[in-house]
Amino acid sequence: MSGDKLLSVEHLTMQFGGLKAVNDVSFAASASAITAIIGPNGAGKTTVFNCLTGFYHPTHGRIALKSQHGTIELQNLRKHQVSARAKVARTFQNIRLFAGMTVLENLIVAQHNRLQRASLFSFAGLFGLPAYRKAEKDAVERARFWLDRVGLTSWADAQAGSLPYGQQRKLEIIRALCTEPVLLCLDEPAAGLNGSETAELARFLRELRDEHGLAILLIEHDMGMVMGISDHIVVLDYGRKIADAAPAVIKEDPAVIRAYLGEPEAA
Amino acid sequence: MQVPPPMAYFLQQLINGLVLGSIYGLIAIGYTMVYGIVGMINFAHGEIYMLGAFLALIAFVALSAIGLSSVPITLVIVLVVSVTFTAAWGWTVERVAYRPLRNSPRLAPLISAIGVSIFLQNFVQLTQGARSKAIQPFLRGGVTLYGGGDGAFAVTVSWLQIFIVVFTTVLMIGFTLLIARTSLGRAQRACSQDLKMASLLGIDVDKTISTTFVIGAALAAVAGMLVTLYYGVIDFFIGFLAGIKAFTAAVLGGIGSLPGAMLGGLLIGLIEAFWSGYAAAEYKDVAVYGILVLVLTVRPQGLLGRPAIEKV
Repeated sequence: MSGDKLLSVEHLTMQFGGLKAVNDVSFAASASAITAIIGPNGAGKTTVFNCLTGFYHPTHGRIALKSQHGTIELQNLRKHQVSARAKVARTFQNIRLFAGMTVLENLIVAQHNRLQRASLFSFAGLFGLPAYRKAEKDAVERARFWLDRVGLTSWADAQAGSLPYGQQRKLEIIRALCTEPVLLCLDEPAAGLNGSETAELARFLRELRDEHGLAILLIEHDMGMVMGISDHIVVLDYGRKIADAAPAVIKEDPAVIRAYLGEPEAA
Repeated sequence: MQVPPPMAYFLQQLINGLVLGSIYGLIAIGYTMVYGIVGMINFAHGEIYMLGAFLALIAFVALSAIGLSSVPITLVIVLVVSVTFTAAWGWTVERVAYRPLRNSPRLAPLISAIGVSIFLQNFVQLTQGARSKAIQPFLRGGVTLYGGGDGAFAVTVSWLQIFIVVFTTVLMIGFTLLIARTSLGRAQRACSQDLKMASLLGIDVDKTISTTFVIGAALAAVAGMLVTLYYGVIDFFIGFLAGIKAFTAAVLGGIGSLPGAMLGGLLIGLIEAFWSGYAAAEYKDVAVYGILVLVLTVRPQGLLGRPAIEKV
């Protein structure tokens, strides 16, 4: 593999009691590429995400992310530093919006650190000083930019919890984007979406990759979407990596077919 | 202006109730804010208020000992001393007694809070003595709104009462703005909905929670200072009753709701004042809790609280 990998996961192991949910998994992800992680239920996909984003501290292994300040080891960061320092953003299988806040506020909360720096221990914010107002205006503009991109502009002042399901999914993704990530981890973003919504999502993810140079890690069960947009697929089964290749190769891989369909009956 | 005596009496109770209520409201904010963000009742909050009162008293006595006579300068110094040290206590209590238990079952931090409360009470009792402490009356005088000649009832507002109501109003407005339009306030609201998600968006949750405790303690310190000035007498046990009253105020207004805490505090102050004025003063606490029970029977979420929604 070439040396321009943004993220390299090396010998990642996560053990819960006697169970190795993730067992010696290594893979890499590049900028401007979509890397899918697939596998049957319970294969350890979400556990990998939890290790990446500071929810779990891996039993073994190293998760290295290249940044302009050198290499950051994600497994050593505290939870909020994963976004604040390493610029890794994540969404969840079940939607976790701040349901009681407006759509716009959800997007501005995601820009907390930039605003907090401008707010001088909240004094500038409290008295509406120009420096803070400027920062807040920028934050609103960034939010509006993404709202516009996914067609949520008319919902900006609605309560996030009152949005239809498909719109909540979109909001969750653009909220992650408002943290200005270099790596975006999406946990089943197409779950519960209908066909046309899934197609729209696929188009949007491709645009993010091509126009914004984002590295995207994608856990997804919708194989049509995965095969259509991924540059590279990692297959997990029972916590182990069983394949790691381009979509066309994965489709023909006997180990993958066995994992999904089971052993063929002895003829 | 002629005011009929019953009206004058009513007005006087209203003023007394407003003063008491604004102090309860300040303390109640600390309860409701902490509950909103970490979902625990900080039973040591009343003691934090008591510490604020004692720190104000100490600063006040020290200033009069060196012969400082300017009222505004005294007020500012007493305020700064009391707020700074009490906020430091608030920060320490969270750091030492609550943060290590944040992921434990809910009962653990509650017990820890009761422990902190007992510790602080005993600490002040040992270092300051069990007897009540008094200060010289401060900021004397006032305005007579309606001078009752011939032994009629006179309505007076002392400067101190005006100061208390104006100052707490300014603080509450400032605090509401802080929550509504600063990034800190937004982070606090986000944390109160989903701590994990907030941290994933880069919000330092530990720092936000610490700040919440510090703000709550600072407001309680102001309440403590105002009570010290208002009554002139404090002892190590005042935190208990005031804490329970303010907690009741927070529940009455809807725990977790900031306007609710302010409203609840005000209502409890008014109920106490009017009950003492028109019925038996010794039963004022019965009246307060009776109304709490009534309100909660009809609206379990409190006056301004949101009905509990199952979190997903």
